[in-house]
Amino acid sequence: MEATNIPLGQFLGVSAILFSLGVYAVLARRNAILVLMGVELMLNAVAVNFVAFSAYTDGALFRGLIFAIFVIIVAAAEVGLALGIIVRVFRNKQTVNVDEVDQLKW
Amino acid sequence: MSIAHLVFYLIAGIAIVGALITVLVPNVVHAALGLILSLFGVAGLYILLSSEFLGLVQVLIYAGAIATIILFGLMLTKGRDLLPVAIDGAQKPVAGLVFLVLLGTIGWTLVKTEWPRDVQAITSISTQAIGDALFRRWEVPFEIASVVLLVALIGAIVISRQEDGEA
Repeated sequence: MEATNIPLGQFLGVSAILFSLGVYAVLARRNAILVLMGVELMLNAVAVNFVAFSAYTDGALFRGLIFAIFVIIVAAAEVGLALGIIVRVFRNKQTVNVDEVDQLKW
Repeated sequence: MSIAHLVFYLIAGIAIVGALITVLVPNVVHAALGLILSLFGVAGLYILLSSEFLGLVQVLIYAGAIATIILFGLMLTKGRDLLPVAIDGAQKPVAGLVFLVLLGTIGWTLVKTEWPRDVQAITSISTQAIGDALFRRWEVPFEIASVVLLVALIGAIVISRQEDGEA
């Protein structure tokens, strides 16, 4: 399928909205898993940027597309580890509220 | 307004509405479902950018595996945090301000910059070409990524395992 007549800027605009919403989720949400979802939104927005630039400006080598694959790989590793940590924190403190997990604060 | 535009706005709308649900609703399970919707929308964007392979990978790994893991995490950490009060903090207005400033800055830059409009340049990239590139040109990063995944997997098991003397 060809993305006919859709300027690159519109893809970047969607990506910008997704990224900003992710930042909002990370800052406003207090449940650690919802914070994690915000991070996922940001990763996705960045991957959309990579793929859009790759499709419009780098058709021969599609480096952005390859990079997006690596972003997805790292996101998978990150989610697995983060949920391990969150489950551990929940078992020790009976909460996943990031405001209450503050033993490292002096 | 062509069909491509309609499809683009529909898919972008799905992605953004899903993200809004993720960010705004008080119910955590609904938020996770919104995230799945948003991830499907992003997969549609990939397909629209003629990267079908990446769209499939997105649906399989993100909307499939990662969303399932997140839902599992929600079930495993059920507690008083699920009350709407505990989900959003008092810093909500500040977060909203940051959201607006960030979106405004990026949006302003987007409008001010001249982007390539030569959409004829978009070439469909076959899965074969991606496999070729991944296993020849990007072989070393690919292997490193597999090691990263293995380490993360073992680390996640070690971290979340129950130790002696733990409740």
